[in-house]
Amino acid sequence: MFAIHEVPIEDTFAEAFPMTACRLLITAATASWAQIAAQQATGYAASVIGCDAEAGIERELHPDETPDGRPGVSVLLFGFSRDALLKAVLNRVGQCVLTCPTTACFNGLPVDKARALRIGGGLRFFGDTFQISKLLEGRRFWRIPTMDGEFICEDYFGTVKGVAGGNFLILGETQQAALTAAESAIQAIGAVPGVIAPFPGGVVRSGSKVGSRYKKLKASTNDAYCPTLRAQVTSALPTGVGAVYEIVLDGLDLASVEQAMRVGIRAACRPGIVRITAGNYGGKLGPFHLQLHQLFRE
Amino acid sequence: MLRLTYHGSTNIPVEAECITPDCLSGKSPQEIAQLPVQYGNVSVPLGEFFHVQGDASDGQVLVEGDTSRVKLLGAGMSHGRLMVSGDVGMHVGAEMTGGELIVQGNAGDWVGAEMRGGRIKVHGNAGHLVGAAYRGAHVGMRGGVILIRGKAGNEVGAGMRRGLIAVGAVGDFPGVSMIAGSLLVFGSVGLRPGAGMKRGTLVFAGEPPTLLPTFRLACVYEPLFLTLYLRQLRAWNYPVPERCFTSRWRRYSGDFVALGKGEILTPA
Repeated sequence: MFAIHEVPIEDTFAEAFPMTACRLLITAATASWAQIAAQQATGYAASVIGCDAEAGIERELHPDETPDGRPGVSVLLFGFSRDALLKAVLNRVGQCVLTCPTTACFNGLPVDKARALRIGGGLRFFGDTFQISKLLEGRRFWRIPTMDGEFICEDYFGTVKGVAGGNFLILGETQQAALTAAESAIQAIGAVPGVIAPFPGGVVRSGSKVGSRYKKLKASTNDAYCPTLRAQVTSALPTGVGAVYEIVLDGLDLASVEQAMRVGIRAACRPGIVRITAGNYGGKLGPFHLQLHQLFRE
Repeated sequence: MLRLTYHGSTNIPVEAECITPDCLSGKSPQEIAQLPVQYGNVSVPLGEFFHVQGDASDGQVLVEGDTSRVKLLGAGMSHGRLMVSGDVGMHVGAEMTGGELIVQGNAGDWVGAEMRGGRIKVHGNAGHLVGAAYRGAHVGMRGGVILIRGKAGNEVGAGMRRGLIAVGAVGDFPGVSMIAGSLLVFGSVGLRPGAGMKRGTLVFAGEPPTLLPTFRLACVYEPLFLTLYLRQLRAWNYPVPERCFTSRWRRYSGDFVALGKGEILTPA
């Protein structure tokens, strides 16, 4: 079997789905306040199974990279549809960025108005008729009066059809070994632009399968990968696996998800890791099949 | 590039509305020389005042010579680039909707009057009524950008509805009856700025002018939107003093004889 640093890579694929994505550039008077706003805005956004969006921090932005010359944070959000994403972004910017001291919120993707999300134009009503719009080089900015001055929010935010659900599973001998490998993977993925790992710290302990023995549940624990259930179910775990962590990735395009999986898997292949594999639904649900071996062919 | 060299010596104004990339592209030098221009009260061929060389198929037109008596250059243009190497007369870029117009020298009155889009750069001074509404009209400039490095005259931005004007210094009544838009002045300002303005932004980065009593001080603060404007101006190579980025600003609301939703910003 193909291996990296003597860690076997299973000949399987991750199954990913198209999702509508947008990028927010959140700035503030200090990097710390920008980070706080970004963390708030991306909270409770691990999976669309139970959240209104999948979201995460893409990277920190140097003042030279932001429209207003202040420190900032780039945030990616993914939704099942443009309408669903619009609702989620309006709520999140309205409740978590507008409310946060000194912040401003700018679009980070090219705008095609037919496919864009109107965020500033939706939030402007908070200004209660005292809001002011400014049109500069084709971009409209809303100035909404607040108690610390003004909240600046761009009118339209561009969207793209992103790729969500790229993933790989790290099968470790122990919980510590698997977690250390997952942390290495997330650190490496952090350098890849256009990608987020929306789960806590980028790592998933509760990989899920579709459906449940309980009729009401859409998803339930991935029993085939739970070490404690090896004796009760048809397990997918090789002998010697004591813990599994999954890295789930959403990206603005397929290439960025592939690159994130490539660098993540390579970083996760460390002592104490038994195998790397990936999650899929037999290829029946998602149009993107990211073959693990294929990732390392070029 | 099409090169038009002015060789006239008359004091009678020449109205050359046809000198736009829109009108000149796709025409031969002979055809261009036959285009009509207004000379006083008669229509004459453009060739009587200009030598014509090259073609404007790339959307670029260069006007050379002292065209300070030539009016309406670039009026109504929608695309391309029109460069004037010397001075230019009144109404340059009036009612233009797109493209770029660059004047290396000085410009007369009504620069970009009622313009709707595009960008005008004047490296020297400009006359009165930059971006203004024509007499009898309620609305002036409705979009686009006018950048004047030197001084301008009275009533700059009169009736302005949208767009941006940046200018080194202005005379009386800047932003009079302004409906919206932004006017940034980096030097001296004349009397009664913003008289009758409904909305819009007047930024006076030089010596603060005396304001009408119908403007009220709101606060001293750091307007973030202004940073966006100042950074954009620098991106256009417009000279912006460094102090503008670090200054705190007094915000006055007015004019309360009108709607009162306009603002004047002056350094604190």
